[in-house]
Amino acid sequence: MNDERGGEGFAAGPPQGEMRPLGGQRSTRSDERGGHILDVRDLHVEFPTALGPALAVDGVSFTLDKGMRLGLVGESGSGKSTTVLALMQLIKAPGRISGGQAILAGDDLLAMSAQQMRSVRFSRIALVPQGAMNSLNPVLTVRAQIDDLLDAHGQKPEPKERARHVAGLLQRVGLPENVADQYPHQLSGGMKQRVCIAIAIALSPQVIIADEPTSALDVIVQKQVMQTLIHAQREVGAAIILVGHDMGLMAQFAHVVGVMYAGRLVEIAPVQEIFANPRHPYTRMLISSLPSFATRKVFRGIPGVAPSIVNPPSGCAFHPRCPRAEQRCSREIPVDDVLAPGHHVRCHFARELPPVNAAGEALA
Amino acid sequence: MNKQSPGLLLRTGRLLGGEPLLTAGLTLLVLITLFALVGPLVINVEMAQIGAAVPRQRPGAEYLLGTDVQGRDILAALVLATPQTLKIGFFAGVMGLGLGTILGLLAGYFRGWTDTVIRTLADVVMTIPGIAVLVLVATNVRSMTVALMAVIVAGLAWMYPTRTIRAQTLSMRERPYVDIARLNGVGGVELVFTEIFPNLLPYIAASFVTAVSSAMLATIGLEALGLGPQNELTLGMMIFWAQYYGAILRNLWWWWVPPVAMMALIFIGLLMTSTGMDRLVNRRLRVEA
Amino acid sequence: MTLLVAFLAITINFLIPRAMPGDPIEQQLSQLSASSGGNIGDIQAMVQSYRERFGLDKPLWRQYLNYLYDVARGDFGFSLVNYPERVSDVILAGLPWTLALLGTATLISFSVGTILGGVLAWPDSSRWVQILGVPVILLSAVPYFILGIVLMFVFALTYPLLPVAGGYSFGFMPAWNWATVGQMALHAVLPALSIILASIGTWAIAMRGMVISVRGEDYIMLAEAKGLSARRVFFAYGLRNALLPQLTHLALTLSHIVSGAILVEVIFAYPGIGYRLYQAIHAKDYFVIQGIVLLLSVSIAFTMLVLDLVYPLIDPRIKSARQS
Repeated sequence: MNDERGGEGFAAGPPQGEMRPLGGQRSTRSDERGGHILDVRDLHVEFPTALGPALAVDGVSFTLDKGMRLGLVGESGSGKSTTVLALMQLIKAPGRISGGQAILAGDDLLAMSAQQMRSVRFSRIALVPQGAMNSLNPVLTVRAQIDDLLDAHGQKPEPKERARHVAGLLQRVGLPENVADQYPHQLSGGMKQRVCIAIAIALSPQVIIADEPTSALDVIVQKQVMQTLIHAQREVGAAIILVGHDMGLMAQFAHVVGVMYAGRLVEIAPVQEIFANPRHPYTRMLISSLPSFATRKVFRGIPGVAPSIVNPPSGCAFHPRCPRAEQRCSREIPVDDVLAPGHHVRCHFARELPPVNAAGEALA
Repeated sequence: MNKQSPGLLLRTGRLLGGEPLLTAGLTLLVLITLFALVGPLVINVEMAQIGAAVPRQRPGAEYLLGTDVQGRDILAALVLATPQTLKIGFFAGVMGLGLGTILGLLAGYFRGWTDTVIRTLADVVMTIPGIAVLVLVATNVRSMTVALMAVIVAGLAWMYPTRTIRAQTLSMRERPYVDIARLNGVGGVELVFTEIFPNLLPYIAASFVTAVSSAMLATIGLEALGLGPQNELTLGMMIFWAQYYGAILRNLWWWWVPPVAMMALIFIGLLMTSTGMDRLVNRRLRVEA
Repeated sequence: MTLLVAFLAITINFLIPRAMPGDPIEQQLSQLSASSGGNIGDIQAMVQSYRERFGLDKPLWRQYLNYLYDVARGDFGFSLVNYPERVSDVILAGLPWTLALLGTATLISFSVGTILGGVLAWPDSSRWVQILGVPVILLSAVPYFILGIVLMFVFALTYPLLPVAGGYSFGFMPAWNWATVGQMALHAVLPALSIILASIGTWAIAMRGMVISVRGEDYIMLAEAKGLSARRVFFAYGLRNALLPQLTHLALTLSHIVSGAILVEVIFAYPGIGYRLYQAIHAKDYFVIQGIVLLLSVSIAFTMLVLDLVYPLIDPRIKSARQS
């Protein structure tokens, strides 16, 4: 099966010579603690509503290593976008980050002042936004929009050097040099998205957040953009957090996949592990809903609707829709259970679930 | 579905509650209207006649707002003039709105030639500075009355409603419920009135306020130039007479301040109401979308 | 489009005075004779000869063609009241005053109002601006000349800081020198202020609405995510995108602004086109009225055309759309 991770083969983890995903060796960068470039601990984001606070992100923790690609999957409203936006302090009032830490190479992003945050944005952690269609300023050229980023961070003031840098960036994302002097409306959707990627890598950040970068694109362009993203990532040596709702996409591009539900991270594991051995009922249902050539079956969705985050179900948030749910599930919130190195699950019955086949269907 | 649901008053109350600007504006206008209606009953309008009182008196116990050089009691004059001005504004607004709505509906619904003609006409009239044309017309009228004034001024009030209604009609004719009605065999004009018109009511209400504003503006413009009704007193004419007799230069401030203040209040009330209505209409749009 | 509008304006301009009842020449002459005691028989002969002189005895369609021809040549006829003064002279005398006043006032109020509106719509803007915004917006409800009356009263009469009326002081002879410029500027202050203060609010309200909707756009979010300064985001990402509809708004309200300016000139007896129009109207100076109204309509249409040409400079999407 074709694998977009640079052709290392399906069984491999991150590219050769780089870090193992989780709980692995010490990093070569002396300013990283515990080998992780980003360490998110117990993140909480809430939005006050008339009916009480809505817990958009309810105690999410994960780590990210250099060069790693983490995929965050979940339904709309699961909190995945909110989680990553919180890392850049882009949560708009009245929403607020109500707890947790996000340690990027030794500095807590969530504790930074507005001033500090402004200098960190895009220089150390960057964003490739959802919907590049509308994320570029229609009245400025591409060059102007890269320039103002460089200006804001006081980078490359010398004009010739600046122009070279811009040309280099465009080249890295596979765009011709003349794109720099064009306006967004003159570019196609895929090109616009690639411009956004170019902007994201302009200052060689340590972490790149890609928030559903391909949702609005057709499949062929999707693949091109993802390849561009990975290529760009390698060029600057950054880690990526890819947010999306497409499990199939994650299977192809992520090293580690995290599944979010109702603001909580219910399962996270290296990609092969999570597809071969999903331990959370929700993850299983997500995987089994993927069409595949190998097995022909009836399409199955996940019955029920996404839960309200203002008034979430008691105990495990998934219990109303879970085929395995019992009394206990509505009373106790499942705790973090480590099934294997790097494989965390939050389910009372994680260890008891039967193994699954390639289609995600339970055997026995 | 019956549109006249029982809780109409309640719904209106709640609607207004969410929009303080609108409420404030409407309250102001209602108060002014009350003044106009109740005033003549309470205050003796005979005192507004020339020579009825001692001229050039400062505001005091006997004449609350003083008197002018011709012996008019200013307060009485104000009470007499306000309803006249409101009448002009109101009727001109209604006429302008009526004309504007019909033209807008026709242009928006039938499109093609009808639309081009109406739109070009509105654009041309909007380009010509209204006051100039109005003045031209007004100078040639032998004797101006309140009624005639309203008709003339309505000529300036119809363009903006036409544009607004036309734009809304254009977008509405593409809506599914219009298609369904058309498939059911409902014909052109009937369609316009049964399907599109009711949904235009909020825009019509907002346009009405704008139309009245434009009408009032045109009215006072004409009157300030001395082209208003000669024999009936209006607020604008009060200002004109004050200026004509040099009240400003002779420091007879009580003569021109009351009508100016009253006009300012009317305009502010209209502005608040129209801004509030705009916001209300937009909010409803956002909810519907 | 502009040509069509101009053409229609010319035609309407031609028709309206002629559609009105009453013959201005006859009226004029009757008035003159009444005040000097002439006899009736002579009046008719005079009226006839004047009619011939001014071409008013020809059939309407011929008058119309003559009119078009004259207008194309820039000949607007003669002033009936101040004969042999030409209408074009009257216009040229008043034009610089009006241009100076209207041009400056509109420029200032548009710029200040637009930026104010933008600031009012931007989150975290200073409280002082928000507070200042309220009276400015309230003032916008009031017609320019009413504000003019109030300003005149306060600043010219009660506290005589500024001149009451006119374009220059009584008895002053204008010439090409700095003193003249000073006089002109001083006398333009109150009229300009009336227009500026009363119209800033309209620009502010309109811009505020525009900027509020621009604020919700995705590119603003990315701009902030890029770590750009608040000022940069406000001006280059927010304001610039809201500017285009604001310019359209300007084009649409031009005639309204001009109307207001005319009345302001009248109140202050400021010797611009508006004031001369007023004088002509009361003197029933037919051709002057026609000439000035025509000039006003055509220049508004022309300005709209100019603005139309400015749009592509501001919004590249329009430039592309037009090129294709």
